[in-house]
Amino acid sequence: MANFFSDNKDLQYHLSHPLMRKIIELKERNFADAAVYDYAPQNTDDALDSYRRVLEIVGDVCGEVIAANAEEVDHEGPRVENDHVVYAAGTARNIEALKAAGLSGMTLPRKYDGLNMPVTCFAMANEMVARADAGFENIWGLQDCAETLNEFASEEIKQKFLPWVSAGATCAMDLTEPDAGSDLGAVMLKATYDEAAGLWRLNGVKRFITNGDGEVSLVLARSEEGTSDARGLSMFVYDKRDGGVKVRRIENKLGIKGSPTCELVFTNAPAQLVGDRKMGLIKYVMSLMNAARLGIAAQSTGLCEAAYREALKYAGEREQFGKPIIKFAAISEMLSNMEAKTLAARALLYETARFVDIYKQYNHISHERSLEGDERAEMKFYNRLADGFTPLAKMFASEYANQMAYDAIQIHGGSGFMKDYPCERLYRDARIMNIYEGTTQLQVVAAINHVTKGTYREQIMRYEEALSAENVADIAARLAALRGTFDKAVDKVESLDKQTPGFKDLHSRRLVEIAGYIIMTHILARQAAENEEYLRPARIFCKYASAKIAEAAAYIEESTSADVEMLRA
Amino acid sequence: MEMEKITKIVVLAKQVPDTRNVGKDAMTPEGTVNRAALAAIFNPEDLNALEMALQMKDRIEGATVHILTMGPQRAADIIREAMFRGADGGYLLSGREFAGSDTLATSYALSCALRKICPDIIVAGRQAIDGDTAQVGPQVAEKLGLPQITYAEQLVAIDDKQITVKRRLERGTEVVVSSLPAVITVNSSAGECRPRNAKRIMKFKYALASSELAAATPEAQKFVAERPYLQIVEFAAADVDPDPSQLGLAGSPTKVKKIENVVFQAKEAKCYTAADADIESLMVELISSHTLG
Repeated sequence: MANFFSDNKDLQYHLSHPLMRKIIELKERNFADAAVYDYAPQNTDDALDSYRRVLEIVGDVCGEVIAANAEEVDHEGPRVENDHVVYAAGTARNIEALKAAGLSGMTLPRKYDGLNMPVTCFAMANEMVARADAGFENIWGLQDCAETLNEFASEEIKQKFLPWVSAGATCAMDLTEPDAGSDLGAVMLKATYDEAAGLWRLNGVKRFITNGDGEVSLVLARSEEGTSDARGLSMFVYDKRDGGVKVRRIENKLGIKGSPTCELVFTNAPAQLVGDRKMGLIKYVMSLMNAARLGIAAQSTGLCEAAYREALKYAGEREQFGKPIIKFAAISEMLSNMEAKTLAARALLYETARFVDIYKQYNHISHERSLEGDERAEMKFYNRLADGFTPLAKMFASEYANQMAYDAIQIHGGSGFMKDYPCERLYRDARIMNIYEGTTQLQVVAAINHVTKGTYREQIMRYEEALSAENVADIAARLAALRGTFDKAVDKVESLDKQTPGFKDLHSRRLVEIAGYIIMTHILARQAAENEEYLRPARIFCKYASAKIAEAAAYIEESTSADVEMLRA
Repeated sequence: MEMEKITKIVVLAKQVPDTRNVGKDAMTPEGTVNRAALAAIFNPEDLNALEMALQMKDRIEGATVHILTMGPQRAADIIREAMFRGADGGYLLSGREFAGSDTLATSYALSCALRKICPDIIVAGRQAIDGDTAQVGPQVAEKLGLPQITYAEQLVAIDDKQITVKRRLERGTEVVVSSLPAVITVNSSAGECRPRNAKRIMKFKYALASSELAAATPEAQKFVAERPYLQIVEFAAADVDPDPSQLGLAGSPTKVKKIENVVFQAKEAKCYTAADADIESLMVELISSHTLG
């Protein structure tokens, strides 16, 4: 009777975060839906109670169904039959269970049959699904595409597609092409307007498309003939029932093997334009990617949780030299750090999700009425934080997922290298997480601006001012010193970059990591100030973060302009 | 003349202590189940029964599924649980008069309630995990004079007049047809119950039985009063016109004299062929261990 929500006190803690109440108020807008929908909440407590109950259902389905199918799905995988994807039997069962539980359209408004839940709760659901089976999270988490339709598509498109997603239609986002991966501006799939039919026709090839045979696909395509950059790209929505897209092959991957990664051939596939022409990459994909990155942060955190639990369980059961191996210092230190890192990744994930929720809700409200001055200011404030924190959350959680899967195998010893334990699957599944939806290196590119423009520094100062509790005074003192280290490193890099262009590029990952470590430690310290149970992991993480920061700071300290040339491959 | 449509499906369900993962404190020193130490859950095979009932509802337009359970006030939890999974509502049969019921008294009380409810189909789990008797369903059928199908594993077909069900037997399956109304008892080998549904849990979470409602805040009372779908019907003994001598302890001929812990000694199974020598050696072993003779 495993329940991945009920057995996870940390997740429950994040659901009870004070900002959730603000998010609910923005999301429910005077609880007007209660008069229209019998499942809408009456007030804030009612909404929170519903969130908890729904997350318990997710935890139940994850613990009882999805986790039980994971190994079989990993071995069986999907296949192509008659130009379409056939899921592994376990994947199909997972989809059916989630459909029956009504867990589609989690964040969509009720008028499109959605559950109208915050992004934060959706991230929690994603995390639990990924803990059960990371590869399946890719398929299920793509319902997030509907959020982009909800934000930018016409009412007609929303009416057509969103209730379908709420009823369980699966989604895909078709961006990557053979010659356009990280550089999406190079997308060539052609969109031409068919005057006679009154719709667009798509022609070309997409590659590496997760769940590419999904029922609803968002497609990035070149609508402006003669262009070759981002400004010629528009966003389209394709309905699988219309036909015109064939799955040419499914990639044979290292991990997440249950998730079909498709090569698609579009042949006069009919599609509808989403939003405005030429805004495809510039505006809509950016929104889609930010949401997807949060999704990967959630997926990675779920994998961290799974790896930690597998390692902890094995270390308690495996006996060597007459005692369980968890009793040996070398093992118990690894486990303590794994736990602290999981809590830190999760703390950063939900801090980010809350910022995203507040910003997004103001954005939705702004489509209904003009915002008041202070509301506008608040929206801007949280938008900036959301933009700054999203790459951090994605980067740290996905790197930790890999470290954690590595450590889980290490703790299993030789047995972990065999196919007999789930940790080998976790290791393979984790490997893509710091690659797709923007590699760690690209997250650094997005994050470094927030180092130089002060987003992180300002937020760190806000955390510092709020951190006054007696029980975390030691951590607070250390954090103040670490902030000094951060300032010094930033100063040096910025001033040397002026003399030697490229110096900042060389050190940007180190700077971003220093900022990230300070931020994660702050959030954990804040949690420890509220709840004593976080004190131990917060102190452990603080030590770990201090060591990591010292390493990065020492590298920067020693670095000279000559390094830029020397390190050029 | 228009055929009368099947509309009302009732599932007999029981809230039971979770005996599947028992610890040391599962039994009291007196040999009874220590209910305080065990979580109260929806009896597993009753969930299989609920799923079959919901499948009937899926196939018959306008059909409803209601739970009938006998138990203390907190047994209303399993009615709500069933509503989260797809049931339309339920009946709680509750009162001191029912305390100490064995299977005979239970089936009597349930049949009294069922006479009031007048269902077209009654579905029940094969047996409950706290008693493992598998008697209540068949006894209800006998008391109501209805045909019964036991060990049901799969709903094959259903229409206004009859139901076709696949039964799981010791050495295979058989498909049987029964007229309606009828009592169906469902095996654990039948389909697992569908999960709780997100929208349904949001909609039905405030459903209350009458005695719970009486203890609720005035706001909650008003809220439920305005929403009939949140009202769980509660029957006291007097509501179902019983013969008091057949209820509870008075109506229960079963007396538990002693409970023994059985510890299995043998660790492995032994295989014998049908050869005379093997049968001979088995007989010798059984007689020497006093299993026979």
